[in-house]
Amino acid sequence: MAGSFMRRIAVFMADVTLTVDGKKLTVPAGTLLIEACKSTGIEVPSFCYYPGLSLQGACRMCLVEIEKMPKLQTACTTPVAEGMVATTESDKIKQARKSMIEMLLANHPLDCPVCDAGGECELQDMTFKYGAAESKFMDMKNHRDEQQWSPVVYFDRPRCILCYRCVRVCGEGMDVWALGVQNRGSGSIIAPNKEDHLECEECGMCIDICPVGALTSGAYRYKTRPWEMKHVGTVCTHCGDGCKTTLGVRRADTGMQIVRGDNRDKSGINGDFLCIKGRYAFDFANNPERLQQPLIKRDGKFVPSTWEQAFDLIASKFQEVLASHGPSSIGVVGSNHTSNEENYLLQKFARLVLGTNNIDHHRTADFPALASALAGKKDATASMRDVFNAPAILLIGNNPTEQHPLLAWQIRSNVRLHRAKLYIANSSPIKLRRQATAFVQIAPGSEGAFVQFLTANDAAADAVASPQLTREALSQMRDALKSESGLVIIFGSELRGSDVTALVNYGLSLGAKFICLGDYANSRGAADMGLYPDMLPGYAPVSSATRFHEHWLDEVPTAPGLNLLQLVDAAKAGNLKALYVVGSNPVARYNIDPFVLSKTFVIVQDMFLTETAASADVVLPVANAYEKGGTYTNTCGDVQMLKKAGEFSGVRNDFECIVRIAAGMGCDVHKLVPFGGGGTRADMGQSRGAQSGESDQHAVWLADHNLEPKMSPYDPVAMLDEIQRLVPGYDISRLGLLSGHDEHTQLVQITGATGMGHPELVMPANDKLFTSGTLGRFSATLNTVMERYRTMPEDVEIAAGYDPMVRE
Amino acid sequence: MQNEQRMAYLVSHPDEVKVVSKRFGLGATSLDRYLELDGYKAVPKAIQMGADAIINEVKASNLRGRGGAGFPTGMKWSFVPKQSPKPKYVLCNGDESEPGTCKDRLIFEHDPHAVIEGVMIAALAVGSKAGYIYLRGEYRYLLEIMERAVADAYARGFIGKNIFGSGVDLDIFTHSGAGAYEVGEESALMESLEGKRGVPRIRPPFPAVVGLWGGPTVINNAETLASVPHIILGGGEWFAGLGTPRNGGTRLFCMSGELERPGVYELPMGYNLKKMIYDVSGGMVKGKTLKGVVPGGSSVQILTPDEIDVAMDFDSVLKAGSMLGSGGVIVLDNTMCIVKFALRVTQFYQHESCGWCIPCREGTDWMKKTLVRFHSGGGVAKDIDNLKYLAENMLGRTFCPLGDAAAMPIVSYIQKYRQEFEDHLNGKPCPFEKAAEPVAV
Repeated sequence: MAGSFMRRIAVFMADVTLTVDGKKLTVPAGTLLIEACKSTGIEVPSFCYYPGLSLQGACRMCLVEIEKMPKLQTACTTPVAEGMVATTESDKIKQARKSMIEMLLANHPLDCPVCDAGGECELQDMTFKYGAAESKFMDMKNHRDEQQWSPVVYFDRPRCILCYRCVRVCGEGMDVWALGVQNRGSGSIIAPNKEDHLECEECGMCIDICPVGALTSGAYRYKTRPWEMKHVGTVCTHCGDGCKTTLGVRRADTGMQIVRGDNRDKSGINGDFLCIKGRYAFDFANNPERLQQPLIKRDGKFVPSTWEQAFDLIASKFQEVLASHGPSSIGVVGSNHTSNEENYLLQKFARLVLGTNNIDHHRTADFPALASALAGKKDATASMRDVFNAPAILLIGNNPTEQHPLLAWQIRSNVRLHRAKLYIANSSPIKLRRQATAFVQIAPGSEGAFVQFLTANDAAADAVASPQLTREALSQMRDALKSESGLVIIFGSELRGSDVTALVNYGLSLGAKFICLGDYANSRGAADMGLYPDMLPGYAPVSSATRFHEHWLDEVPTAPGLNLLQLVDAAKAGNLKALYVVGSNPVARYNIDPFVLSKTFVIVQDMFLTETAASADVVLPVANAYEKGGTYTNTCGDVQMLKKAGEFSGVRNDFECIVRIAAGMGCDVHKLVPFGGGGTRADMGQSRGAQSGESDQHAVWLADHNLEPKMSPYDPVAMLDEIQRLVPGYDISRLGLLSGHDEHTQLVQITGATGMGHPELVMPANDKLFTSGTLGRFSATLNTVMERYRTMPEDVEIAAGYDPMVRE
Repeated sequence: MQNEQRMAYLVSHPDEVKVVSKRFGLGATSLDRYLELDGYKAVPKAIQMGADAIINEVKASNLRGRGGAGFPTGMKWSFVPKQSPKPKYVLCNGDESEPGTCKDRLIFEHDPHAVIEGVMIAALAVGSKAGYIYLRGEYRYLLEIMERAVADAYARGFIGKNIFGSGVDLDIFTHSGAGAYEVGEESALMESLEGKRGVPRIRPPFPAVVGLWGGPTVINNAETLASVPHIILGGGEWFAGLGTPRNGGTRLFCMSGELERPGVYELPMGYNLKKMIYDVSGGMVKGKTLKGVVPGGSSVQILTPDEIDVAMDFDSVLKAGSMLGSGGVIVLDNTMCIVKFALRVTQFYQHESCGWCIPCREGTDWMKKTLVRFHSGGGVAKDIDNLKYLAENMLGRTFCPLGDAAAMPIVSYIQKYRQEFEDHLNGKPCPFEKAAEPVAV
């Protein structure tokens, strides 16, 4: 049934006209009555109906009257019909709904005062609306003790109303099938398919989708009442997918503490989805190891200092090194987690104030290769939303289930709901193959050869060959791809340099769009903002970037600087006198012997005393992405706004630190940050987001009319202005951005140039579902979950199951 | 034969018209004996007739579904699309679980080949190549009989490739349930057969269009299918003539309760209920009087002694305020406590509710809880109305008919025997039980 419904909505059908509560409306044939009602503003209550999941008809809340039908009908399972006359509110319907609530409440524990869902509970809301206020029954309720199913999932059986949403989202949505139904009748319970515990992706979707407080989050339960929190919608700071996450914050000793992450308004590119990191791994922000004051190393030991002391020391040290050894003796390392504004500012600081191109970051994908291969072609990249709607997808390399959970969700949902065709070439049997129309398991490292094969190079088939692959399957995939229109090609860091060029040429001939998968929240942003020794923002070669030269009105070094590995070599040789590391941990990531840096003055801005920070001379404690404003660009090129949610006493954000250091060096800050003017303030939610949880409407209006004066040199909007002016592709709608939308950028290289990416420097992070680089190590939830999974055999794939409730 | 000793005790009465039961007790489980008794003659005839003629014959017979709902069988078959991209199936519903009903059991026990023939004819009528005979889990010993019958028929080439030289291939499989009343509901049965939880499906689409494994499916009660060979051989008109208008043929009535001669009798449709009790079944056991009759299995409304002068066909019983249902006639005598009876019936439905939808899952549970307390003397006045309120709010609002089946009888018990409920109030022990202990509330 579910299947046929999905097929029905997937195919265009003629419109039908029907009457609901006296209102005439026209909707496409095959629309469910409940959705037709919704489209005209009539709310039909339901527990079990959930858009995008299979139909249940189990909760009987959506009963409506339909003319010529003697019984009440469920609006959630009834497709509209021409001339249908439906009534959604009448005494009969009210009584039916009231009695359903009464029956549910009869066994419901009514522990609302201590229930996590109290105040956000659909059962409470319905009870309020239908007024089942009287307890008719006097017998004992059926009780079962609460169970812990995983570090993050708790189940309180008596509260469960058996809407089966969790079972469906876990199976149909996540393709994990960890939940099922046990027993029958009044003894029916939702239960893990592994006896007493979950073996799953710990995404917490079951908790979010639970209409009551039956499934609760280990990280959040009993911590607060929902109305004691402010809710701030911002962007997740882990992988490169850019999910919107709504953070619940509450006042604490250290400022505004983040106590919960979810996606309550479902307005982001991720819709319903969040993975374990977006939902729980905000807790690094509350880690007790967080630094709260600047540290200066004296005699090999860190001593706390004031911010002024630290800034003075850094500024004077930079000036000293510049005077004695020149700009080429200073290196800068940027981050994949800092905002676009901070990254842009950092490279501008390096080039303008320090006068060096010695700037790099941890590269996780070859974005420059894609930019140069596209050669200015517009509309050739796909957004995260496109992945959900594309008629066909080709995925080469990567394992999105682990590394890009949202992308995997988009692909799965597209296949499930729109019957998209999915082609996968991968060297291991990744989980997404279960959704694939065709899957070829190619030899490890032969992704490039596979691209060659696609471009009609039959000789490449030998390089691709693996024991799990037949030549026939390869050829079939190539032939099938030829006839796909609207293809989205997604590739991981396995493809770099000339392979990307070959793939792009192949794809463009089919009219395909591309997504290059980078690993971290702002990996794409770091690349776009020019954290490269040889490229300025917009992948412009440092040698020929007139646009920036003209605008910055200053000398910009035109010779390429040192990349990260060369910086390390320079340090080894004693030629690197100062190293400025912003939000990065190269010592651990590149396995650098800390001794190498002993002759270099190292400045680190970070939340924690990481391996890099430990070998630093000055450490500045800074805010993370949940504690500041700005923008992030996800791996597809969708730009979204960060809003300040949390607050941590003692820290400052990277933007401010960079500006203060520049000012300390005697730089005219106006040159660095184009702020100034007079009048109103608008601060991207820096000061208001946490308090109101809403966008600054006045600022939205001002910005849209280009009227906004930026009052502060620490205002990232001022930097965003410049980015939008100067970085190609970033001329996106500011209004859309400020209202919380995602705005897709074009991937445009300013001046055509190839070979800039240095494919050999790309080093994928290879994070798993439960890891997230250095950041992840400081998340208590991720650690607990990993600890638990460490005891399980590795690489056991979650069994492909069928859901007893999915009916074809 | 080890099964012989478990075979049900057979009864008979001169008024009986033996059609479906004509081979009962004659050893027809043996294929040779079955062939002697006109076995496997209907299928070759049906092959000669062709699909449309079979359906027309069944339509003419006025055969209505014997499972309980009484849907015209010929019409059901005609809903199956002629062309289908997916395979078509015929399903024999042998999940006989309605309390008071024990007719299919006798058919499987005494005349398994008739069921096979019925399935085959249905398959020929709708163009299916596979039939499933689904037996309730508790009928495990009947499964052995059924399996042997199927194996014997395969051995003789009656089923399998090219049946009776017609060029038609037809396979028949047996399948056992796992013990759930709910899978007697046709769509839940299909879920169960597919290996899933036995919960009903959303309809439409109906099984005739989207059924087992997504293919068009005919699903009929075992008695219905066992009647079909007789219709093919004897003709639809003959069969229709046995019963009343729009209610063709005979029916196996399962008489239970404090009767002199309880058992399964095959009587023409429209036979008088009162006569069935006082004549056919020999009346009440000595010293007992009639209190009420449940005419069609536990899920239908009760009839009081002055309501039982009714013709037992689908339409007449409906007019009398109950339903013919599955043909399980349960007779209550004057020593039976109606509250206890209500409790027993509710216990059954509470136990058998699949739990899928709220009103059935919660409704049956709270009715049971209330009745347990009520019957043991802990009842309070509002319980009676609460019970009625619960039942009335389940009626017509559940996902499948199980909720109705649990609610309908309770409403009728309270309506017709309210005084007896009130006699239990105020801590009084059950008037029918000698040593009932009141519970403290």
